[in-house]
Amino acid sequence: MAKQPEYWRWTESRWTNPDIDWKGKIITSGVDVGSVSSQAVILADGELYAYANMRTGSDSPDSANKAMKWAMENTGLTLKDLSYTVGTGYGRVNVPFSQRAITEIACHARGGNYMYGPTVRTILDMGGQDCKAIHCDERGKVTNFLMNDKCAAGTGRGMEVFADLLGVSINDVGDLSFDIDKEPQPVSSTCVVYAKTEATGLLREGWPKNKVLAAYCSAMAHRIMTLLERIGVEEDFAITGGISKNKGVVKRLEKEVGIKIMETSKYDPQIAGALGASLFAKALYDKGKK
Amino acid sequence: MKANYGYKDGSGDYFITIDTDKCNGCKSCVEVCPYGVLAVGEDENDPLSDKEVAFVTDKERKKIKYTCAPCKPNKDAIPPCIKACEMKAITHSW
Repeated sequence: MAKQPEYWRWTESRWTNPDIDWKGKIITSGVDVGSVSSQAVILADGELYAYANMRTGSDSPDSANKAMKWAMENTGLTLKDLSYTVGTGYGRVNVPFSQRAITEIACHARGGNYMYGPTVRTILDMGGQDCKAIHCDERGKVTNFLMNDKCAAGTGRGMEVFADLLGVSINDVGDLSFDIDKEPQPVSSTCVVYAKTEATGLLREGWPKNKVLAAYCSAMAHRIMTLLERIGVEEDFAITGGISKNKGVVKRLEKEVGIKIMETSKYDPQIAGALGASLFAKALYDKGKK
Repeated sequence: MKANYGYKDGSGDYFITIDTDKCNGCKSCVEVCPYGVLAVGEDENDPLSDKEVAFVTDKERKKIKYTCAPCKPNKDAIPPCIKACEMKAITHSW
């Protein structure tokens, strides 16, 4: 039997800052082992030096090692060069080479502050298996937060399920969801399993794929909006996590919120958690030296 | 910091909010909670601070609708954790 294409498979990424030579500098790092993706970020003297973003496997320590190994590729760095490492995300206590674990709430606020600048006040992290709404001050310290990790509705995993069901590559979902005549009603179920059942019904009624995608993106935006209503949205507003790459959800959410969402920075928005962890690693290393 | 612990599901919003700026870590809420929902310790969302504050325990976060139900027999009932908090740092969303 022919191998089924993996529509859910999103693009992994890796980056090194060509302007920095790490030798002789203090190297700190952050590792975010999420439910769906894992990231490793390396800082040289507090400056972003390298990162890697890849899929989480079934083994947390192994995923942490792999992500760090990939981030270090061709840089000459080894685990021994790391002065301090902070773990975050679902698998934060399972990062073998870390000195400390910090919640993803604190890390996303700090990382979002670095990526989007000190004007950012609301950070929405749409992760693989949960959704976090965070308010922070100009230094990236959390002032209010809310996390929904009891239900997969409005998360990356939900979108992966839909990409697979409709046979559309997850990277194309956003664009295709706008290739429609008229914006359809959102799917009525927020639950991923029921929404999938509803979508199957819509396809049987003869709805084109793109219209079903539009209905799901719109339902996801609405679901996230109801969460945001609880803590409110203050400008500037930024989104991190995998779903921030999906225009179909982001544009629709922007319309519901009525506040412009900040343009994604030059870095992969999925690294925010690990970036925050690496910044905490630097702060904790400095604190320990005093 | 306003820390919202809990979740939203099909039946409504279930969040316990702890205002960590008001909380003084006195543990009176921990003592009166009959079900071990609350605990006091380092603020895991503010890792650079040394202040101890109240939080909702990991194992209860996803079921407070059920765990807290006996303390909330009707909508006017004030649960013991809120009554015990002198700093008025605890609120329930439901």
